[in-house]
Amino acid sequence: MSEVKDYKYIGQRTIRPDGFDKVTGRANFGADLTLPGMLWARVKRSPYAHARIIDIDTSKAEALAGVMAVATAADFPAIASETLQMGETSADIRDLARNNLALEKVLYHGHAVAAVAAVSQTIADQAVELIEVEYAELTPVMDVLEAIKDDAPILHDDLFTAGLAETPETPSNIAMRMELKKGDIDAGFAEADVIVEREYQTPTVHQGYIEPHACTVRYDEDGQSMIWCCTQGHFDVRASTAKILNMELSKIKVIASEIGGGFGGKTTIYLEPVALVLSKKSGRPVKLVMNREEVFRASGPGSATRSWIKVGARKDGTITAMQGILHYEAGAFKGSPMAPGVMCVFTPYDVANVHIEGFDVVVNKPKVAAYRAPGAPQAEFAAESAINELADKLDMDPIELRLKNAAKEGTQAIYGPKFKAIGLVECLEAAKNSAHYKSPLGKNQGRSIAAGFWFNAGMSSSVVINMNPDGTVVVVEGSPDIGGSRASMAMMAAEELGIAVEKIKPIIADTDGVGLNSTTGGSRTTFATGMAIIEAAQDVVKQMKERAAAVWNVTLDQVDWVDGVAVNTADEARLSAAEICAAAGSTGGPISARASLTARGAGPSFAVHVADVEVDPDTGKVDVIRYTAIQDAGKAIHPGYVEGQYQGGAAQGIGWALNEEYIYDENGVLENAGYLDYRIPLASDLPMIETVIVEVPNPFHPYGVRGVGESSIIPPLAAVSSAVSNAIGVRMSELPCSPPRVLKAIQSRDN
Amino acid sequence: MAKTHVSTTINNEPVEFLCEPNQTLLDCLRNELQMTGTKEGCSTGDCGACSVTVNGRLVCSCLVFGVEAEGQNIGTIEGIGKAENLHVIQQKFLEHAALQCGICTPGLIVATEALLAENPDPTEAEARYYLAGNLCRCTGYDKIIRAVMDSAAEMRGTA
Ligand code: FES
Ligand code: FES
Repeated sequence: MSEVKDYKYIGQRTIRPDGFDKVTGRANFGADLTLPGMLWARVKRSPYAHARIIDIDTSKAEALAGVMAVATAADFPAIASETLQMGETSADIRDLARNNLALEKVLYHGHAVAAVAAVSQTIADQAVELIEVEYAELTPVMDVLEAIKDDAPILHDDLFTAGLAETPETPSNIAMRMELKKGDIDAGFAEADVIVEREYQTPTVHQGYIEPHACTVRYDEDGQSMIWCCTQGHFDVRASTAKILNMELSKIKVIASEIGGGFGGKTTIYLEPVALVLSKKSGRPVKLVMNREEVFRASGPGSATRSWIKVGARKDGTITAMQGILHYEAGAFKGSPMAPGVMCVFTPYDVANVHIEGFDVVVNKPKVAAYRAPGAPQAEFAAESAINELADKLDMDPIELRLKNAAKEGTQAIYGPKFKAIGLVECLEAAKNSAHYKSPLGKNQGRSIAAGFWFNAGMSSSVVINMNPDGTVVVVEGSPDIGGSRASMAMMAAEELGIAVEKIKPIIADTDGVGLNSTTGGSRTTFATGMAIIEAAQDVVKQMKERAAAVWNVTLDQVDWVDGVAVNTADEARLSAAEICAAAGSTGGPISARASLTARGAGPSFAVHVADVEVDPDTGKVDVIRYTAIQDAGKAIHPGYVEGQYQGGAAQGIGWALNEEYIYDENGVLENAGYLDYRIPLASDLPMIETVIVEVPNPFHPYGVRGVGESSIIPPLAAVSSAVSNAIGVRMSELPCSPPRVLKAIQSRDN
Repeated sequence: MAKTHVSTTINNEPVEFLCEPNQTLLDCLRNELQMTGTKEGCSTGDCGACSVTVNGRLVCSCLVFGVEAEGQNIGTIEGIGKAENLHVIQQKFLEHAALQCGICTPGLIVATEALLAENPDPTEAEARYYLAGNLCRCTGYDKIIRAVMDSAAEMRGTA
């Protein structure tokens, strides 16, 4: 399907269509909408990590002048447990409701228990203080090892482990067990000359988007509702809010504002149903915005994990067996990204004998949300660290070891499909041949590499292309743009239409303005929504040729479409898009086309990163001094934004490897709920991040596109921590490699 | 709470507003004056999304009270170039793809303008440290720093 083509727009570094609004401050984000008569809402949150709610008394708050409504879980209808697909992950709608407003129990410090709407922010703050909640404290369960003990306090009396041979009779904090295997794991290890085996640990981290969750909503007397919010998926906001409030889908219109980062964290909801209840009760529009502390305490985060990995190989480097046990924290409600972790963990390698077990475990922390390639960074950190250790033991170059075992076209992935063309080998070769990999290292410095695999998703997209009478184009899509995707949408439309990219305006319509679109997630947008745009644009071209044929009174096959102009092959007569569109009213009506599809054949994107670090032996502080991110894009539509995805993922992964972690006290209270103490990488923490765009076309996409948004966060965890290991001569198997932990490793080595 | 009357200058235009004494300048800009180009990422001085200048000095507007704007000259993103006539820094941010979601961008542009006013020829390290108070979670800073260095060169006339 995809051959090498000469593209006019694809592959250029065009200026993004929403760029002017973003650099002038005109762009409207989640917290930027104010409506006439609007009230300010605030949420009352739990001071305990685990407690039973005995009573909520809102009378004093309600009596305060200026308070217009108060809401608690009693205002939500009773709903049954039901699974709803949200982005790449799914959620139980009943759990989601209880996460938005606690019912009977609070399950983490910061869990929402009530909310108020008042005429000013000050009064809303005062009213929250006046809500009195009586609790019976319970012992918090703060990590998987505690949670899975037989005598651990149970978070949910009605949670029974799924995925066991026999249905259990007693409730458990283990929500699910999952297993994947192939070959004979014992025979595989028996064949091995060298075996490495180790436990690994990763902390709770936050997606860290700079824009807090925010919405402005209005419930009208006729039962119609409007929600303006920052989300990766406004159709999922509509679906989940409707379920929680037991409303009809068509009664809710969701408008996706500009979104200030999501990384998976804005594929779920926290505020919208609460704000809508307050709006209904007060009869006024309501704005509800989290502050940064609430974002840390009650949104996100990404799962903490504990894993055990064992890998065996022959002396020549052939890996004979890979085994893993992976425990993921789900937070307060079931549903960690354990399953994708299990499916990803060893997938870069073609190995005969594999056995993986995974456990989804609830603990008294906020319910985890998707975080960029959800589940994969944690699992692949462990696996890639093990591969690096194996390379050391075999005395082999870690790239050579990976090349010897790399998955390639035809490899049967353990989660099901046989790979079509994939680019892992090409990425490894690019790493091996890079100037970076060959450069010398200095004192206290270390280097390592790691690979990363993510499936990528297709899912559903609907678009409409409308031709204006002057030949300019509106592309109506429904995929919230989290990283510049409108640029690539405009470029793909331009390419098909032969119309200059500046003449194309992509807009993200609200849920009433375009057909259903799955959430922006799974690196799906440029792939799947792009595919719909290509299809619709081809339809537009066909219609324009038909109109020209009618004007010239010739058959369609006598009309060519060249650079946005219809050409009569018989006499070289020409009609531009503008001319055709201006006359459209008299040749059959305005020209527009639509396409709706569920995209199959998302191409996996492999990444390989090379990291150099320098360790201060006196303090344990680690600096990344050189970094290269290599990844298969299939085909890069806008190379600037593709590089941006590689660099941004690398930076987040570096933060995960070196600094970021939730720190709890003994009562389960988060101690670092702010950017000062939860330190994401600053400009002064990072070097330039070199990039290499590998292009092994995805055979299922007209241009060969693979999603690029997620794989880049996977390799840094192992690449950076293994580089630290190499610099100090101690294996780092717990993240983050923060100064105290690195210093301790250095001291244990020296003793 | 009784409101206080504030007379100030914003982007060289005289402006008056009423605010409660505990409201931050950020809150006043965004919610009293509907100037939402200045963003809130943390309200604790840690993210720089709310960067503005007060009499030319770069500050976090979430750490300044609205009443402190009395008689001062405030500079915000709304005062730096317009779509038809972008400032060099804005143009370079676009050319270098130095924004993804764009929530950090107004703050970074205000901070970059302040940096280049103080130091027209910064080294990469100087630029990185000056902008260390402006968090960006999307880009890894690479393209931002390139846009800043390129802006500096162009503004010096050496590009
Ligand atoms: S909002 Fe002021 S520094 Fe973050
Ligand atoms: S572009 Fe999203 S935070 Fe900087």
